[in-house]
Amino acid sequence: MITLLLTIALVGSNMDTILKQGVIYQVRAEITENTTIAQGFNDPEEFEKFVQQKIDERIKTLGLDTPWHSPQRLGYTMYKILILDFGNATFLTSDSGSSNVGEIIFEKMPKTVLLFTTATIIISIIGILLGAASSNKIGSITDRITSTFAIISSSFPVWWIGMLMIFVFAFVYQIFPARATPSIEPDDPGYILALLYHMALPVITIVLIGFGAWAYLVRNFMVGIMQEDFINAKKTMGISRKKIVYRHALRNAAPPIVTILALSLSGSLGGAIITEAVFDWPGMGRLYFEAISVMDLPVIIGSTYILTVLFLVSIFIADLLYGYFDPRVRVSN
Amino acid sequence: MSSIPTNEIKREFLKSKLGLTGIFILSGLIIISITTIVIIPASTFQDWNNPEKWISYPKTSVPSWVNFLSSEKIPEHKISNAEIFESEKNGIFLVSQQFGMSFEYDDFPNDFIFETKTKYSDSHLVQIKVVRPDGIILELLSTALPYSETETIHEQRYFSTDNMMKKNLELQKNKIGFEFSRGTIETVFSQLDENQVQKGNYIFIIDTYGVEQSIEVLESKMILGGKAFGMMGTDELRRDLAIGLLWGMPLALFIGISVSIGSVVVGLIYGVYSGYKGRKTDEVMMRFNDVIYALPALPFLIILAVTISNSIFLMIGFLMIFSWVGIAKVSRSMSLQIKTRQYVEAAKIMGQKDSKIVFRHILPQLLPYAFASIAISVPAAITTEAGLSFLGLGDPSFPTWGQILHDANTYGAAAQGLWWWIVPPGVLIAITGLAFVFIGNALDSIVNPKLKR
Repeated sequence: MITLLLTIALVGSNMDTILKQGVIYQVRAEITENTTIAQGFNDPEEFEKFVQQKIDERIKTLGLDTPWHSPQRLGYTMYKILILDFGNATFLTSDSGSSNVGEIIFEKMPKTVLLFTTATIIISIIGILLGAASSNKIGSITDRITSTFAIISSSFPVWWIGMLMIFVFAFVYQIFPARATPSIEPDDPGYILALLYHMALPVITIVLIGFGAWAYLVRNFMVGIMQEDFINAKKTMGISRKKIVYRHALRNAAPPIVTILALSLSGSLGGAIITEAVFDWPGMGRLYFEAISVMDLPVIIGSTYILTVLFLVSIFIADLLYGYFDPRVRVSN
Repeated sequence: MSSIPTNEIKREFLKSKLGLTGIFILSGLIIISITTIVIIPASTFQDWNNPEKWISYPKTSVPSWVNFLSSEKIPEHKISNAEIFESEKNGIFLVSQQFGMSFEYDDFPNDFIFETKTKYSDSHLVQIKVVRPDGIILELLSTALPYSETETIHEQRYFSTDNMMKKNLELQKNKIGFEFSRGTIETVFSQLDENQVQKGNYIFIIDTYGVEQSIEVLESKMILGGKAFGMMGTDELRRDLAIGLLWGMPLALFIGISVSIGSVVVGLIYGVYSGYKGRKTDEVMMRFNDVIYALPALPFLIILAVTISNSIFLMIGFLMIFSWVGIAKVSRSMSLQIKTRQYVEAAKIMGQKDSKIVFRHILPQLLPYAFASIAISVPAAITTEAGLSFLGLGDPSFPTWGQILHDANTYGAAAQGLWWWIVPPGVLIAITGLAFVFIGNALDSIVNPKLKR
């Protein structure tokens, strides 16, 4: 909770500058639209003064004149954020035409969850299995290939691979569509199939880049555990190596793996801004990108909050799970 | 944590193939960067976003080495200088600027542009024509230099896209004998019976006629806009990608190394101090660390870049804010172990200052770890900067690889099949990252004995 408050405080100062800029922009736009006001002045300095006065008035009515850390404003912002009221977007609208930021975000969220959560789950399954397999025989071909692949794939930006994939599989060989937004109406029976078809290329790209690092991490956890005494004891008892790896060692590697899984699931919701922009996937990331490109402030603020909150919640859940899986943590507390 | 002597690290490192490969790639990159800075003047890359600078370059042309790989020869971009002949007959002075060229490619060029700079007075007539390999002479343009009473210097460009040229050619269709639906370029360069390139020697001539006076040609060149140019080709805005890619290299190294060194140094000192002090200080410092850790980095970086500034130096600072946290955590736990060692306690009893203990006795122990994490965190810094630039938040006065990719994406390079615009920047990002990852992993496996085996 303290972290949440501090996070909001940190965004606060930034948000104020954004809001003030927005107000200035808005007032100027209104005045230039209304030419009669401008004609009423013959001295540009006087006109400037008038504009400034208008801006000050507007800032005061919005309560922006007190700094963001004044208890009244901070409380108000906190309250608003907590009830998920972000106000209305200035430019962007949801597909159904609403300009309420909350509605826009909750319309885009499922799309992101569909794409990135699927990809993350696939990644983690492949990663855990591969990691366990390569820790089983360290130095084997599987192990070497996994490690090399992990190192190489970690230095490629996902979005660049995405561009390449679009180039190769959408234009050179026309297997997958280039834009990830299906063109069929949502109530069409074939919509889900079309959506899955459009989803294929992004998912393949994300999985391709992601699973190597996962396998490598899991492998390293497992290598640590495989050296512990209880594993040696099991070995001397004559339990088969395969059983040791998949039954006993993997279970002990669970706490860190679960932590990383929780973090990457929540990270997948927001860390995908660039990837979604490349694939034109209508989710949170692209919403964020669009909001930035047209400087739609309420949307930017709203989605940043949501992402932060999700991130914090998942850290919290990861901590709880860690305690559940690893009793030592509970005892030490 | 056991401390490993420096020369042992060196010896182990020299044994690791991965580390050596990394060092090898990195030194290659550094050499290229230094040569770039020395050879290509900084002004060229400051003009990266200035379209006027690139006007004599071809548009979206493939790298010229593609011609070595395929049997079909793509016309290369050529800039040729004129040969000038002067003659006089009955008081009429003729200055003829001639451009001869052999055209042996399998595809039509994009366009041609004549650029002339002349010194003259009075008025002069200009006639542009071309002599084709089959002997047919086509008049391209008849025009005049603007009248001037005093001696002036005049610069003029004649474009093949000029509508007058197309009309002139249409008037001469009896010379060529095919129906007109072709553009100027195709008419000039095609065979008579089919719409194929006619290979051979072409001569382009600009004749200027003046009464009683001659003109002086100061500069004259012809740009044949090919479809292949340079080592890396050009993009939609006619920019030579080789220059952008080469200049991106020192920039990427600078961004990556300064961010990683900055954040490792900050994280290390912060973590060590917090761990050494312990108790309340430790608690407070670690909670602050947690707060930063809880911030989603990319959205915040975007907000910072949009609201404050997208200057590259500030960007480096922003990247540092989000990358020192992990290192602080690890170095804190390491210093917790080191501070229980006897020599640290001895130093404390001797009454040495805290700062001296931290810098003299604890930090040097962590140096190998610090080097490994510097190397490991470079690629992340480079890719994050590239990502921000890709979203269009880069510093426009410093063209990085991410910005080249951003332009490629906005101009739909993938849809147009301009692979040379997409592939090289990403490959370079990856190679640079790989070099550091190799070095970092090699160091890491020496420093962290747990991973060895």
